[in-house]
Amino acid sequence: MSDWETVIGLEIHAQLATRSKIFSGSATAYGAPANSQANLVDLGYPGVLPVLNEAAVRMAVKLGLAINATIAPVSVFARKNYFYPDLPKGYQISQYELPIVAHGALEIVLEDGQVKRVGITRAHLEEDAGKSLHEGLAGVTGVDLNRAGTPLVEIVSEPDLRSAREAVAYMKKVHTLVRYLEICDGNMQEGSFRCDANVSVRKLGAAKFGTRAEIKNLNSFRFVERAINYEVARQIELLEGGGAVVQETRLYDPDKGETRPMRSKEEANDYRYFPDPDLLPVAVDTAFIESVRATLPELPDQKAARFVSQYALPVYDAQVLTASRELADYYEAAVRAAPADPKLAANWVMGELAAALNKESLEIGATRVAAAQLAGLLKRISDQTISGKLAKEVFEAMWSGGADADAVIAERGLKQITDSAAIERVIDEVLSRNPGQLAEYRAGKDKLFGFFVGQAMKASGGKANPAQLNELLRAKLKG
Amino acid sequence: MSELHHIGLAGLAAGLRARRFSSVELTEAFLGRIERAQGALNAFISVTREAALAAAAAADRALAAGSGGALEGVPIAHKDLFCTQGVRTTCGSRMLDNFVSPYDATVVAKLKRAGAVMLGKTNMDEFAMGSSNETSYYGAVRNPWDTRLVPGGSSGGSAAAVAARLVPGATATDTGGSIRQPAALCGVTGLKPTYGRVSRFGMVAFASSLDQGGVLTASAADAALMLREMAGFDPNDSTSVEREVPDYVAALDAPLAGLKVGLLKEFFDKGLEPDNERRIREALSVFESLGARLTEVSLPNLPLSVPVYYVVAPAECSSNLARFDGVRYGHRCEQPRDLLDLYRRSRGEGFGAEVKRRIMTGTYVLSAGYYDAYYLKAQRVRQLISADFTRAFAQVDVLMGPTTPTAAFPIGAKTSDPITMYLNDIYTIGANLAGLPGVSIPCGFVGALPVGLQIVGPHFSEARLLGAAHAYQRATDWHTRVPAGYA
Amino acid sequence: MALTREQIESIAALARLELTAEELPVYQASLSSILEFIGALERADTASVTPMAHPLPGLSQRLRPDVVTETDHHAEYQRNAPQTAAGLYLVPKVIE
Repeated sequence: MSDWETVIGLEIHAQLATRSKIFSGSATAYGAPANSQANLVDLGYPGVLPVLNEAAVRMAVKLGLAINATIAPVSVFARKNYFYPDLPKGYQISQYELPIVAHGALEIVLEDGQVKRVGITRAHLEEDAGKSLHEGLAGVTGVDLNRAGTPLVEIVSEPDLRSAREAVAYMKKVHTLVRYLEICDGNMQEGSFRCDANVSVRKLGAAKFGTRAEIKNLNSFRFVERAINYEVARQIELLEGGGAVVQETRLYDPDKGETRPMRSKEEANDYRYFPDPDLLPVAVDTAFIESVRATLPELPDQKAARFVSQYALPVYDAQVLTASRELADYYEAAVRAAPADPKLAANWVMGELAAALNKESLEIGATRVAAAQLAGLLKRISDQTISGKLAKEVFEAMWSGGADADAVIAERGLKQITDSAAIERVIDEVLSRNPGQLAEYRAGKDKLFGFFVGQAMKASGGKANPAQLNELLRAKLKG
Repeated sequence: MSELHHIGLAGLAAGLRARRFSSVELTEAFLGRIERAQGALNAFISVTREAALAAAAAADRALAAGSGGALEGVPIAHKDLFCTQGVRTTCGSRMLDNFVSPYDATVVAKLKRAGAVMLGKTNMDEFAMGSSNETSYYGAVRNPWDTRLVPGGSSGGSAAAVAARLVPGATATDTGGSIRQPAALCGVTGLKPTYGRVSRFGMVAFASSLDQGGVLTASAADAALMLREMAGFDPNDSTSVEREVPDYVAALDAPLAGLKVGLLKEFFDKGLEPDNERRIREALSVFESLGARLTEVSLPNLPLSVPVYYVVAPAECSSNLARFDGVRYGHRCEQPRDLLDLYRRSRGEGFGAEVKRRIMTGTYVLSAGYYDAYYLKAQRVRQLISADFTRAFAQVDVLMGPTTPTAAFPIGAKTSDPITMYLNDIYTIGANLAGLPGVSIPCGFVGALPVGLQIVGPHFSEARLLGAAHAYQRATDWHTRVPAGYA
Repeated sequence: MALTREQIESIAALARLELTAEELPVYQASLSSILEFIGALERADTASVTPMAHPLPGLSQRLRPDVVTETDHHAEYQRNAPQTAAGLYLVPKVIE
């Protein structure tokens, strides 16, 4: 297996977060009753015509700027002709020879910390198709055209990815980016962010690419990784057995964990692309581009770099904290309120807070502990009012009860004990109750130090200041 | 009362305003003429009697109150290619035999707002594909001058209706000559505006970069009035041009003297019947006597316009007609076995032979390996033809020549060979390729059959075209002739 | 430019048109003669000529503001539909 190289290119379809559709004034909101958001233009009625949504163009340009791509001064919509029930006009309005964005790139950070540049060949605007529903309908398929006409940007990567992991890292980066730019909500369950993977293998050092298979409609990071891994293994097995890879479209079956050919794709479709005569060339001038550029937020890479320098965080932490704008904003709000220890804040956001959110499958926006509240807790750790260990208990209480750190600490009497005399009394008690261990320790069994720490902590209800406890205990044990 | 059908659109509008007659009277009168002529001419697919009378009554109320639009109460007909809300819209095809449109085309809405009263939907070649109105699912339309002959197409129904004075004006569409050619064969005035002048929203698409909505009337003055109410920018049509609509009526009387008229060498070729040519030359003399100056010009690439058209139009239509699949509206085959069967049979049954021919031609010229050689090549030649026109218009104001090579021909005479039929459009297609406006006006007879003179101008020169036509129609009376039996 | 029977079949398949056995040769003949006729285009010298996609040069696409203007009319529109259920348009079952 190791003398094979995997080559992957991803085509990502991101639904643009416009209010209305790309070519009609229908709403794009998800989840509406079947066909209640499909007007005559969306339905492809006789005589209807498309009119282009300005916001869709702005969003495509915004994406292009964020990936340092060329924005085409003139781009052209083309018809992609094929028959399918969820494609009302019998053609999809897309862009073919002259896309609005071309020649961009994104950097991804691999597991070993290495940074890899992934080229983006092009990004173009097109309309989404409707949905075909097969379940629960005997002998028929039901077509819902609410989604037909929703604007999409199709982002095509160069075949630069060399493993499923790289592919996922790239996909996550694009996902983060489109959400930062507020051009797509990235909701994969709702289908706002979909991925097709073009996968092929070749012998290491081979000059040409192998024949590729396209795996369509992967809608989770996990599925992308598994599907690619399966497909790579399948192709290698095929080739090693003397067979050939067929260029075809395949679907991933998550239950079986396999890819299989799509049955409805008969002979390769001849899409007969030609410029759509109902739409004029889209002209984007410098003024337009600059007005879009002015709306660019701090991009994920810029923010991560700033976190490293401004907060002295390791690259890994900065990457995790900037995975979404909301999370990054939360972190910064917490640090603004508790500026003494940004690393502590990072640990807590990536640790306890993330765990609490994950447990209930919540996004940061639904957090039960606000940034200011977390900051309050962090301050009490930094100023040693409570120990790190007790802080977890306090956090849990804050999460479930909604109270501030100070209120919980007061109510439960969790203030750290820093009074040396009090700590010494606790130590004396522990030593007197454990004479055997004391003798063993003084005889040389150093490991028992931990035992005494544990006992003293327990006796103090976890509130003894650990550093003081250690120091005083050591002194007392010496005798 | 018996002379109402001779008054013409503008005259009727004025008469209604002056309360010399009512819209209900007019509507009844024209509906009667339509119904009596339907057997002989087959000019209509749908006649909307009740709705028309209701609209007429409403128009009368508006007129009595001194309000209403420029065409308040005037009866018209719409080519069945225009979507009309709540009214069957068939495009002359079995595919849409049962289709009731839920919306009005912009043209229909504008004329409604102007107060016009729709009497019905006129017959046409199926999906506007044809030059003789013989491809309609609803049977051929017959030429009122001689019912053994074709009226021309694809707007044959609208042209026959106006020629027989069944309506004073009718909307129509022109993709390769479908307004001008039937106007010539039926002895009426037909205007195709500049591409983008009239909205295409609701005008069922045949060839999107060539289609344009226009009018058929008995005179240039009538055409001016109807065009003024129909034209204008439409935000629902991305190819609609944002440009003010001149008052074409006010511009009618602009003096003709000094008009530089170009005679296209390529139009006076061996394909033009000698008698037709004589009528054209006589008409040109009239223009000279009115002060026009004639020069010969040449558009060397123009002879390629028919081959260009028969690549571009089928290509666009093959895509435009893909929406007719039996899923959301229109004809669906009985008991489809599976999806493929649904598509193939619904479309196979719903479309007629000429439509299928053009869809297949279009599919072929767009297909992989042929796109460059056919479609791209044709669009390049189109550019050359367009450039030829631009050069010509640097020397002359308008071009004049025959609209058609012959007068009306017998039904069935040209249906066996598509190319013979296609060559009927040889003089008209160039204007569509270049997006130019053109008008055809009656200029005499060959035997008992009308001959049309075509005037083509640069983009947005409709006012000048109509002015020239109007000047000619004040000096002659060909446009007032009505076929026997319809006088 | 004579088209073969197979070519006609594949064009008809792409266009989703069912042709009967009788129709096929008829279309084969007429399409072949149309392509022959169109072949005249080869004569034209079009080196360095831009294809004309739109008849009015120099215009660019108008942009529409991003506003929802439509409301639900599906019941009205579905009156034209051959087969619907629960607001869905129905077609014979499609297997993917």
